[in-house]
Amino acid sequence: MIETAVAEPRVLELLTAQIRRDLTVAMRSPGEMVNPLVFYLIGVTLFQFGVGAGPERLAAIATGVLWVLALLATLLALDGLFRRDYDDGTLEQLALHADPLFVGVLAKIVAHWLVTGLPLAIFAPLGALMLHLDAAAVPTLVLTLLLGTPVLSVIGAVGAALTVGLRRGAVLLALIVLPLYVPVLILGAGAVTARLDGIDPTPQIVWLAALLAFSLTLAPFAAAQGLRVGLE
Amino acid sequence: MTIGERIKAWWHRLGSPRWFYRVCRAWSPWLTAVGLVAIAVAFGWGLAFAPPDYQQGNSFRIMYLHVPTAILSESCYVLMGVAGLVLLVWRMKIADMVIAAAAPFGLAITGLALATGMFWGRPTWGTWWESDARTISVLVQFFLYFGVIALREAIPRAETAGRACAVLAVVGTVNVPIIKYSVDWWLTLHQPSTFTLTKAPAMPPSMYLPLIVSILGFYAFFAGNLLARVANVILARERGTQWVQSLVAGPPGGVMSCDGGREERA
Repeated sequence: MIETAVAEPRVLELLTAQIRRDLTVAMRSPGEMVNPLVFYLIGVTLFQFGVGAGPERLAAIATGVLWVLALLATLLALDGLFRRDYDDGTLEQLALHADPLFVGVLAKIVAHWLVTGLPLAIFAPLGALMLHLDAAAVPTLVLTLLLGTPVLSVIGAVGAALTVGLRRGAVLLALIVLPLYVPVLILGAGAVTARLDGIDPTPQIVWLAALLAFSLTLAPFAAAQGLRVGLE
Repeated sequence: MTIGERIKAWWHRLGSPRWFYRVCRAWSPWLTAVGLVAIAVAFGWGLAFAPPDYQQGNSFRIMYLHVPTAILSESCYVLMGVAGLVLLVWRMKIADMVIAAAAPFGLAITGLALATGMFWGRPTWGTWWESDARTISVLVQFFLYFGVIALREAIPRAETAGRACAVLAVVGTVNVPIIKYSVDWWLTLHQPSTFTLTKAPAMPPSMYLPLIVSILGFYAFFAGNLLARVANVILARERGTQWVQSLVAGPPGGVMSCDGGREERA
């Protein structure tokens, strides 16, 4: 830990190099990359069938559906966050590296968000359109997703790290991570609902930003600790 | 010995399962007995002698069960979080055993708090379940307990499982302040805290005294029960050591029970 203070530029270098590597790997299998997004859109479609026609009825639940689907789509992609690197041994190399493990973990989280969370936020207006969400609330929806999905990736990384070595970890991962997602859901969906009700959504948005800052600074350490446990 | 040295010596002894086992066995029966007596007194007092509420009539009496279980469900999680931190920082084996012993108790007591809340909600709010900030965050805590237990079950090596659970327990403590302040932050149906440290309760003493006795009783029962569970976990985990084997073999001629602690994987 002492050397890290001296070698600060190298840490940044490691961070960017790791992000670039992860993005390259993701680009090589574009099918895998768009899977969560397609899941998101299929989910929206399913709700249209399940709830039935009637714009009012769909509009009433649109906020909740869009946010919950964002949670589930992120969750779906989480299993692959460390899996491939765990299987081929890259993760162990990262853990043995002289630089702190949390830097590598943070890089993986950032790359993960760029290929899953960001597209979800970008395509959310399409989902909002399909579910007849009031157009006035769409900017708030996109903003809360932009702030909220990184939190989902960061918290999810802790769960993914804890379950990385397990054969049937996917269900357990959902069990561990989803309860921790609740504050994000409350604030994110709360902001959109407030906007729909004509109330200023700033408090929820500021809280969401605070949650992002808080989780981004602490969760990578927890995830790194979890990975070390899993790599034993 | 200076106080600092004494604390250090005590801290080191705390790391010894054998010493801790003896402490558990010595304290557990007393704490459990005191707790059960206090709970019995509080229930008798609260159900039969406390005056009925001017708004809620007699239905408020479930408070004497609901409030202590709800408080305890949070305390139990905080205890797990602290134990998790101790395990991760000092690698103290006992801390892992405390988490293993506390999680099922926490799950049960949180379930009880939710159930009594539902029974209380039916006559007063007119609904079994209201998606209210407090009820949802307590339900989340219920799932968090479940996650800790499931994670331990899923990881074959006991030591690895313990440390993984410790990470999860520490991360999950984030939910505790959310539960605590949910009734103040959001405008909810759930009433604010019954007690605060700074203000006198808005109830007459004849109503809140039994509640205080009940809360203290539940804490004593929790401590006694937890120590008994930890003792069982110690026996199961340390079953390869000589002191456990000679303890279980017992004095010649007599058979000593070891309370059938759940078989832990080595």
